[in-house]
Amino acid sequence: MNVAIVRYNAGNIHSVIHALDRLGITATLTDSAEELGAADKVIFPGVGEASTTMKYLKQHGLDRIIRNLRQPVLGICLGQQLMCSHSEEGGAGCLGIFDVPVLRFQPSRHEDKVPHMGWNTIQASDPLLFKGFDKPEFVYFVHSFYVPVCSWTAAQTDYIVPFSASLHRDNFYATQFHPEKSGATGERVLQNFLDI
Amino acid sequence: MLAKRIIPCLDICNGRTVKGTNFVNLRDAGDPVELGKLYSQQGADELVFLDITASFEGRKTFTELVGRIASEISIPFTVGGGIHELSDVERLLKAGADKVSINSAALKNPGLIDEIALNFGSQVCVVAIDGKQTPEGWRCFLNGGRVPTDRMLFEWAHEAADRGAGEILFTSMDHDGVKEGYANPALRRLSRELTIPVIASGGAGKMEHFRDAFLLGEADAALAASVFHFAEIPIPELKQYLRGLNISVRL
Repeated sequence: MNVAIVRYNAGNIHSVIHALDRLGITATLTDSAEELGAADKVIFPGVGEASTTMKYLKQHGLDRIIRNLRQPVLGICLGQQLMCSHSEEGGAGCLGIFDVPVLRFQPSRHEDKVPHMGWNTIQASDPLLFKGFDKPEFVYFVHSFYVPVCSWTAAQTDYIVPFSASLHRDNFYATQFHPEKSGATGERVLQNFLDI
Repeated sequence: MLAKRIIPCLDICNGRTVKGTNFVNLRDAGDPVELGKLYSQQGADELVFLDITASFEGRKTFTELVGRIASEISIPFTVGGGIHELSDVERLLKAGADKVSINSAALKNPGLIDEIALNFGSQVCVVAIDGKQTPEGWRCFLNGGRVPTDRMLFEWAHEAADRGAGEILFTSMDHDGVKEGYANPALRRLSRELTIPVIASGGAGKMEHFRDAFLLGEADAALAASVFHFAEIPIPELKQYLRGLNISVRL
């Protein structure tokens, strides 16, 4: 299977490559429209700041390329946020694949630390990405901004507020958590995505 | 519900784990990757690898080791030791570490925290603080608790958080190695005053100590070394015990 990872100015791309390696997939890291378009699956990972990253994507024409992809696409963490309409982080206008804004967590109690960091459970509803998830499972999160629950929510988590741990619309999938850092559970999510 | 994290810490010298271990089922307990994998399978939530090698050669070995850990272990891990400047951080993150832990370097040059946060994001920056009680209160120490500084624990922890630290790893030098429990009152104050996660370190001897770190110390995570390495406390048993007390843990 030909899996492409979108190359851009984001951190944490190597852990996705390693995770796919462990599943027996050698992924291609690329920002070429041709290679991304020809891939069977595309992964759009990311750790970084929304407005800076969107600026980079636009400068390199990647915003249009990603929006026009027709094969299954998986956004991870910042990737999920950038697939939404806009983000409170730096007031960034995003890709608009999911018509929902990205908001900043507003803690109201001292035990609500931001970033939301660590293992939390997801209530999964998407039958493909979360195939075999019949009970709440723990996955690893690190983020300060969140996507509210909406009609595209594919998995939900409660932290300060209920939010979208995952989204799905047509060929576009996304997770706020890091499947590549979520042990065996994360590997199941990645394998499910590869099987779509 | 967000789980309280259990974090085994491995000391590394020249690419090998230093403290002895009691794992009979491991082919090579001196191999940090094998030990890390075992902990990951047992349910550790994160791992910390601390490089205690001083030499330049040793540092290269450690960087190579970080690359192996990243390719073989599927849970987050932090690396520390021998980090003096931003280029050290960059080298370790590029090798695949998820977070770096800085201690003396941050006390000597607090601006390093801002630099790490600005360049790589707060989430990668763990500020480790070694504290000891003195007549004036909790004081920060250097070099494993041998050298006192002019910084006080709470004031320094606030400054580190304001500068962009993502987490505070607090080790009480008074409790470290004594196995009589964590420094819970100090932990609770840190946890209540700071808006970032606090990791308890130093003092674990029994399962009850983890309970206390979470319930009394209100810590977000608890780190330990020898109780795990010598299998005095198996991680699955510890997590069952904590769950039985209604403490949220990942099982």
